[in-house]
Amino acid sequence: MSSMQKLYLLVPLAPLFGAILAGLFGRAIGRTASHVVTILGVAVAFVASVVIYQDVQAGNTFNGALYTWATSGGITFEVGFLIDSLTVMMMLVVTFVSLMVHIYTIGYMSEDPGYQRFFSYISLFTFSMLMLVMSNNFLQLFFGWEAVGLVSYLLIGFWYTRPTAIYANLKAFLVNRVGDFGFLLGIGLIAAYAGTLNYAEVFAKAPELLQMTVPATGWPLVTAICIGLFVGAMGKSAQVPLHVWLPDSMEGPTPISALIHAATMVTAGIFMVARMSPLFELSETALSFVLVIGATTALFMGFLGIVQNDIKRVVAYSTLSQLGYMTVALGVSAYSAAVFHLMTHAFFKALLFLGAGSVIIGMHHDQDMRNMGGLWKYMPITWITSLLGSLALIGFPFFAGFYSKDSIIMAVHFSNIPGATYAYICVLAGVFVTAFYSFRMYFLVFHGEERFGKAHAHDAHDEHAHDTHAEAHDHGHDSHDAHGDDHSHDDHHHGLAPGQKPHESPWVVTLPLVLLAIPSVIIGALTINPMLFGEWFAGVIHVAEAHDVIAEFAKEYHGVVGLALHGFVTLPFWLAMAGVGTAWFFYLKRPEIPAWFGRRFAFVYRLLDNKYYFDRFNEVFFAGGSRLLGRFFWRAGDQAIIDGVAVNGSARLVGGIAQLTRWLQSGYVYQYAFWIIFGVMVLLWMWRMDFQAGAIGG
Amino acid sequence: MTVPYLSLAIWVPIFGGLLTLFAGKDRNAPVARIIALLTALAGFLITIPLYTGFDTTQANMQFLEVLPWVQYFNVSYALGVDGISMPFVILNSFITIFVVVAGWEVIQEKVAQYMAAFLIMSGLTNGIFSALDGVLFYVFFEAALIPMYLIIGIWGGPNRVYAALKFFLYTLLGSLLMLVAFIYLFQHSGGSFSILDWHAAPLSMREQSWIFFAFLASFAVKVPMWPVHTWLPDAHVEAPTGGSVVLAAIALKLGAYGFLRFSLPIVPDASQYFAPLMITLSLIAVIYIGFVALVQTDMKKLVAYSSISHMGFATLGFFMFNQLGIEGALVQMISHGFVSGAMFLCIGVLYDRVHSRQIADYGGVVNTMPKFAAFFLLFAMANAGLPATSGFVGEFMVVLGAVKYNFWIGFAAATTLILGAAYTLWMYKRVVFGPVGNHHVAELKDLNAREFLFLAVLALCVLGFGLYPLPLTEVMHATVDELLRHVANSKL
Repeated sequence: MSSMQKLYLLVPLAPLFGAILAGLFGRAIGRTASHVVTILGVAVAFVASVVIYQDVQAGNTFNGALYTWATSGGITFEVGFLIDSLTVMMMLVVTFVSLMVHIYTIGYMSEDPGYQRFFSYISLFTFSMLMLVMSNNFLQLFFGWEAVGLVSYLLIGFWYTRPTAIYANLKAFLVNRVGDFGFLLGIGLIAAYAGTLNYAEVFAKAPELLQMTVPATGWPLVTAICIGLFVGAMGKSAQVPLHVWLPDSMEGPTPISALIHAATMVTAGIFMVARMSPLFELSETALSFVLVIGATTALFMGFLGIVQNDIKRVVAYSTLSQLGYMTVALGVSAYSAAVFHLMTHAFFKALLFLGAGSVIIGMHHDQDMRNMGGLWKYMPITWITSLLGSLALIGFPFFAGFYSKDSIIMAVHFSNIPGATYAYICVLAGVFVTAFYSFRMYFLVFHGEERFGKAHAHDAHDEHAHDTHAEAHDHGHDSHDAHGDDHSHDDHHHGLAPGQKPHESPWVVTLPLVLLAIPSVIIGALTINPMLFGEWFAGVIHVAEAHDVIAEFAKEYHGVVGLALHGFVTLPFWLAMAGVGTAWFFYLKRPEIPAWFGRRFAFVYRLLDNKYYFDRFNEVFFAGGSRLLGRFFWRAGDQAIIDGVAVNGSARLVGGIAQLTRWLQSGYVYQYAFWIIFGVMVLLWMWRMDFQAGAIGG
Repeated sequence: MTVPYLSLAIWVPIFGGLLTLFAGKDRNAPVARIIALLTALAGFLITIPLYTGFDTTQANMQFLEVLPWVQYFNVSYALGVDGISMPFVILNSFITIFVVVAGWEVIQEKVAQYMAAFLIMSGLTNGIFSALDGVLFYVFFEAALIPMYLIIGIWGGPNRVYAALKFFLYTLLGSLLMLVAFIYLFQHSGGSFSILDWHAAPLSMREQSWIFFAFLASFAVKVPMWPVHTWLPDAHVEAPTGGSVVLAAIALKLGAYGFLRFSLPIVPDASQYFAPLMITLSLIAVIYIGFVALVQTDMKKLVAYSSISHMGFATLGFFMFNQLGIEGALVQMISHGFVSGAMFLCIGVLYDRVHSRQIADYGGVVNTMPKFAAFFLLFAMANAGLPATSGFVGEFMVVLGAVKYNFWIGFAAATTLILGAAYTLWMYKRVVFGPVGNHHVAELKDLNAREFLFLAVLALCVLGFGLYPLPLTEVMHATVDELLRHVANSKL
């Protein structure tokens, strides 16, 4: 094993080591030692990733097995690494954001009794995510895929006494399993027809696969594989209709919302599709499917961000919407743009989440934006960094998000794939919506009237919304242990006492904010050239010539500054400005307007407040239906028919015959005597008949 | 001189069990426990050379022992193992240790007899897996019913008599048909009871079909396959923890093993012909039973149904006749031994404290038993087939084999990903998570050293085989290849 290979191994193993130490011996080594070892582990992984990055930049890539996991059916299942430009970019993003979140956690979780456990989990997550992105085969991809799901399950349910949290983590796991169902079938098709699970070998066989159809279905094989894999991505990257788990995942502590449910794990699906570009390029049907799902997610999940009052949930819906943008980019074959947005988003969304967490600390664990306002005065660092993050999110020129989002919009603009027009409308409208909900949140939290420290401040503020909330609350109780976001307020009702003021968070919290704010501003300008128009992804991401929208975009591209300056006169910029302006007008200037809207268009409000009724439908149809079906199979199938009729029935039949014979063998002499006499009579009668017959005959 | 490892694996536990009986009354219980533990450990150590000395390149029977027994009928005491049966001998001997340890403090009445029953059953079960003679197999197969019948009937729950009788009659009825088939084969193979001779015996399609169904009647009950599965939940609910562990981890494997040792090689054409039926029944087990498991209110019943569902994967894998399917099924069976055993031990840990198996009687166990909760989660995840646990390996291989065989069968089989997670984790949520449910939960004490030890060892097995199943799949290749070749050759 060369020294570089040892370094590859060190990247995932260092966080794993920290996780084991803090997890198994956390109590023994104490709180400080636990965060020291885990932070050290992730820091080592980050530094090693930087070294590997330089090595990759020097042109050294790696694709090889670590060990053979199993062999069967002519397939060698291996665990191994593929180190190339895409991998190393993901490694840098994962380890950097993870490091920031580790440091931030010292402050955020300082009073939590599960301190060591938390550090153990987030380090374990880092390990799993790294194994996922570094994999060179589908088996290990699936390992990492499910392992991050497990840690996500553990972390959403971190506060395991909260009914909402343990409802949310079960839901997240099961919804993800629905996605994995498709994913596994996709992998199964690959194994069956390519005879290998190694990426490079599968890609080499892709032209052969293109000729095949799946027997018993008649589907084109590659399309079936791609759609199967993408269904997995829909679960992990929360695309409609498998998005329902992500908003609820906000039940977990805020640091993991930043790390897992914004920056890294949820982008695993995006990464996976980009990695599989040689397959997806072969199926326009699959790409169209990806495109339409992504566009729908991008716009319609954005709408939901508008009606949320919980600060974390606004950011959560924003994440959904941004994941939709990335998926749209995949759909139009702009994989590099998707990955580019993945990276910039990781920074600014982690920043926004951690900023929201800082606000939550300042507000003493009150997450309701209706109780905030004017926080800029009290939390300057959080304020400025959140503003920078929001500007990046809405795609303000020169910010990181501008470059990546504008690239996606341009890519969709140039695409001819079926569904591209719909997607173009969605992503454009999405720009307005993003700006609107982002700055609605920004204004509600940092500007305007100071609404904290007053008991039940929001009752007067938005009476209508409160009513519908109460209504939703009741529904929550009806369906046996269902909890939407409606309960979460109860759990977080600490808040500020009357007269108490919010305060800025400690340095362990603000330092990561600052360190994340820097890339949120500059990373786009720095990396757009190599990532989109340069050779960085050459040989890693494959785009068919007919789909190469980035090449079209490149013709109009005149440098980093030129693009940003041009950005000021394009439609997306003005849509974003309109969104910001509307938010300002609605929430600072004329706060009565949203309430009026809520009353005037109550049905729209209710539709959005109930998240298009996805949750209700799933609860009634899938969860309720499954229980009903299970009870039916159990009561009618197992108990009534199999046990009742077949098993106990045959037992009764045997018993009945035995009963009859027992009745005959009573042991009473007079009964036997009676039967003897009776028998003799019968015999005599028969003989008589016989005799008569004989007499007549004779 | 070669050491008769297989005979030792059979007779050491049986004689150890008889020795335990001599400990007699319960005032000598400590002696009985120690003899039992030493016997179980010795029984396990004896089987280790079976792995280390196994030649993975050979498909033939190894560690052969042949002695004449009833010469008039050509019955012999013939033992041997191949890549299919060897892992099960080791698994069985290994699990026996856990059974003894699990009953250590819990069983306070008729201790010697309890331990003896398990040890004797362990020996008999090794006999089943290594017998190469039909009569010998049948003797072991039937004799092993008796200890289990006693375990449920004596140390079981309130409804134990019904459950024990149901168990006994169900399985006995099935195996009588198998005996008829054996006698037919004896006459038809020129007067041989050697199973290997039967493999080569020519049989017409009509004969094969009859024999196939005679075997099916016996093995389907044991597996158990839908619709002859209803004895299992009852037996599990009434059985003591150790009984449930043996039932799930070992006894269920006997039926599946029977399909591989008898049905497939002896009646290959009928096996192929009726494969669609077997696959359908297996898929019903996976899906129908998965839904039934979802609505169970009793933890043991839930895990019992989950066992049926998981065993559906084993029978599914067998009847697709490809290497991934059969090896995946075997791995699934071994893994299920660890995982279901561990699940029942976990439930036993709770039952010993609260004396209830009802999910509704718990809630928030993690608050008072964090170590237990961590182990239970690992096993629950393994039950749900999470990668990096042994529970994943077999399911993954069988699904891959199924997709290759027919996409829709793979599709149906893969639903276990959702169903398995749903019933297992929903139970876990209701039992372990949440605020402290009641005063029983509030008073719970976390694992003691004995419980910690046995759960930790099983956890290592579950993780070990999940991360590195190669040692397991490697020993199977040669035998499974040979089996597939044999099945592909028509006897007609």
